[in-house]
Amino acid sequence: MNNKVNFTIDDKECTSTSDKYIVEAARENGVYIPTLCNYDGVKPAGSCRVCTVKVNKRYLTACTTPIAEGMEIEVNTTDLQDFRNAVVELLFTEGNHFCPACEKSGNCELQALAYKFQIMAPRFPFQFNERYIDASNPKIYHDHNRCILCKRCIRVVKDDKGKSVFAFENRARQIRINFDSKLGEVLTDELAEKAMEVCPVGSILVKGKGFKDPIGTRKFDHTPIDKIVIPEKQNI
Amino acid sequence: MSRPIIATTSLAGCFGCHMSFLDIDERILDLIELVEFNKSPIDDIKTFTKDCDIGLIEGGCCNTENIHILKEFRKKCKILISFGECAIMGGLPALRNDISVKECLAEAYLDGISTVNKEEILPNDEELPMILNKVYPCHEVVKMDYHLPGCPPRADLIWDVLHALILGTDVELPYEVVKYD
Repeated sequence: MNNKVNFTIDDKECTSTSDKYIVEAARENGVYIPTLCNYDGVKPAGSCRVCTVKVNKRYLTACTTPIAEGMEIEVNTTDLQDFRNAVVELLFTEGNHFCPACEKSGNCELQALAYKFQIMAPRFPFQFNERYIDASNPKIYHDHNRCILCKRCIRVVKDDKGKSVFAFENRARQIRINFDSKLGEVLTDELAEKAMEVCPVGSILVKGKGFKDPIGTRKFDHTPIDKIVIPEKQNI
Repeated sequence: MSRPIIATTSLAGCFGCHMSFLDIDERILDLIELVEFNKSPIDDIKTFTKDCDIGLIEGGCCNTENIHILKEFRKKCKILISFGECAIMGGLPALRNDISVKECLAEAYLDGISTVNKEEILPNDEELPMILNKVYPCHEVVKMDYHLPGCPPRADLIWDVLHALILGTDVELPYEVVKYD
């Protein structure tokens, strides 16, 4: 049964129902908690840590923690904001994110978070790790330079029998996403489009679709990501 | 009080950031009332003739000359600003960063499809700067005080920041001006 729960976010009284995760409950109450690996409709993974909040003084990921009665949640404190910036900066320095040359630029959620936080330069040294681009599939490019290992493609892109097209291979620093070569070969156009759409960065791209939207008309050109997740109430 | 002095340079960049600087349009008339330019492609002064207040650096460091110029700017300028993605993260020249210098030179001077180099000579004149093992962001070579991202940084961003620095005022940057492409 979904009970009504009362909780506070940054000292603001909020209510929701007990079947929600903190991210969803906050959104219901008009509070934006930044997320990156989270995708509506699939089980949360908690892999990027961007949504970290403090619940009753403990650090928890807001996308994987169910809301509960009496929670005191901190979202926009200085240390949490700095922590979130650091996570985004780490992702920018760990991969090879050449925004000026990326097809997803302007529609990229990692970039959108950096814009929202107004990160001017990462505090960490750039790693320039050696990655490769897999263009062997007839429908999609898979650029490992940009992959942030958020597991969205694994969780969302499945064939009609429910098998994941994408999966992790290797472990630790060698870990990367790869696609099942047999399933990859029979990838439908719809699934390929879906894969490009769920990828928050420009790691999975449908061939022939790059740079479709001109600069100025892309998703995050004029609207910050929080205003897209929680649109401002229109004045009547 | 004398006017603040600005110096600018392009290291491993394409001069796009300088073009964007010129995109401040008629505000450049306000700017020349406020500041004086020293070493810069804008007035074509090749060497520093005095100490400067603000140095704008376009491009990262891909060879020994870039390092030399950047260090000279650090010595001569009170405030150094990375402007543009290349200065901040190496940019497109840094695409070579996971390829060895030997491979890069071979591709450019020996194995390229349109290359004609029968003697198989690699550029080795001592007048030429040495290419570095990889392209370095400016802040990994010297201390940089501010970073203006963008490829190129929006003219409004350059103007807002310079204007605030020169007049010593706070600046609240609008969402639209901080972009990485």
